Amino acid sequence: MQGLKRASAAIVGVAESDLGQVADGLSVIDLMAQGTKRALDDCGLALRDVDGLFAATAQSRLSVLAFAEYLGIDPPCLGSTIVGGSSFEYHVAHAMAAIEQGLCSVAVIAYGSTQRTVGRKQASQREINPYETPFKPFLPASAYALAAMRHMHQFGTTREQLAAVAVAAREWALLNPAAWEKKPLSIEGVLSSRMVSYPFTVRDCCLVTDGGGAIVVTSAERARALKKPPAYVLGCGQSVTHASISNMPDLTVTGAAASGQAAYRMAKLGPADVDVLELYDAFTINTVLFLEDLGFCKKGEGGAFVTEGRIAPKGSLAVNTNGGGLSYCHPGMYGLFLLIEAVRQLRGECGARQVRDCEVAIAHGNGGVLSSQATVILGTPATL
Amino acid sequence: MPAPAPSPLTTYLAHLERGQLAYQFSPQAGRAVFYPRLLCPFTGSDQLEWRVSKGLGTVYSTTVVHPQEGAPYNVALIDCDEGFRLMSRVEGVAPQEVRIGMRVEFRAHTPGGEAPPMPVFVAVEA
Repeated sequence: MQGLKRASAAIVGVAESDLGQVADGLSVIDLMAQGTKRALDDCGLALRDVDGLFAATAQSRLSVLAFAEYLGIDPPCLGSTIVGGSSFEYHVAHAMAAIEQGLCSVAVIAYGSTQRTVGRKQASQREINPYETPFKPFLPASAYALAAMRHMHQFGTTREQLAAVAVAAREWALLNPAAWEKKPLSIEGVLSSRMVSYPFTVRDCCLVTDGGGAIVVTSAERARALKKPPAYVLGCGQSVTHASISNMPDLTVTGAAASGQAAYRMAKLGPADVDVLELYDAFTINTVLFLEDLGFCKKGEGGAFVTEGRIAPKGSLAVNTNGGGLSYCHPGMYGLFLLIEAVRQLRGECGARQVRDCEVAIAHGNGGVLSSQATVILGTPATL
Repeated sequence: MPAPAPSPLTTYLAHLERGQLAYQFSPQAGRAVFYPRLLCPFTGSDQLEWRVSKGLGTVYSTTVVHPQEGAPYNVALIDCDEGFRLMSRVEGVAPQEVRIGMRVEFRAHTPGGEAPPMPVFVAVEA
């Protein structure tokens, strides 16, 4: 297997669509289109330049067709890999491969969700698993709760340590004008909120918002001529360990260990080189697991690692600087927003939440119930 | 034309109807396979044998679901002694009293109506 070439492509445009609670009647494709216009404006390209189109959403079965129709274009290269929230990190690798092989030169990757305005039940198709559904797990929360309980049992991780993840995310969110949550949150506030699936209260769980966006990927060569500094794709890695939580081999070890290793190998970098981490925090345990599996602390030590404000705005490691899925926005499949924030941090566009001397960023996507893991490492021109 | 072979799910549920927890064994891999399927996920072989579990296992993980309406209830992952894991619940104790590492024993539960039987567990008497 030859694999992708380090920095052969770059993310050159990023934008969110409207977020939070969008106008009644807006469709998920409206949100994709809105994000696309803004992302193209961000890099100075136009719709006529787009010859690769990638999309995934839970609310449109053939989303990339609907999207191409809506835009009025016939791009030769299409992709709609759908593996949950990490789909967009997969799309980056696929777009990069397509660009390397000459299948397209400018790829748009887009997402949209109206799960808040239409309601979660309308937004995602109910699937029956005869080996799980009869026991009524509250999915996805219960699956992640089972992982958290196992982590607590094996390593002594506490509910307070998990709550520290939510508190850090909230502190970052308060620095982000686009974030949904606007009020401070304490450890006690997390612990005393409504219980959802033990050990998680509603504050251990991601938000339920609308939202969408798009990113634009092109070749390194073309990227250099555009408006803003490119965020080069230095490394990509993916791993699938299971689909349903009953089949996850070890509830304390995720596929991020493998996806991270593959991405580091391609990037020729390691955890010590990373300046900012955008980790898919669907639940507080995610951040703990991914910090361990991506090599920022030893397995089992993630709970202690996230305490004392270490991943909060004034801490030693910048994690989920937009406020994350816990406090910024979480429209169902959050992976695209990790990439948007990572690019903005590398460009130095983040205002009050800007991480200093930010050269290397990780966007780590998670899909299903810790099922599909995809790591993308991005770097500024200085990392070439 | 011979009748098609019953699906793995049908065979599994037929065992449950008889009060048995069935699983598959892959001779090539030398290990248990669950959920029941047509191909062994360890070798790709379609040679899978049906076996009946002794019904003894250990709680691998557990959670208590707090629905917006109604009483909290247990959801657990059980590691059966034959080397397979399944989702289930532990009955006969309060949901929050279910502990990881607890030894448990299988019971076939019949919900009634159209719903098929399901495997649940109770704590093993010490």
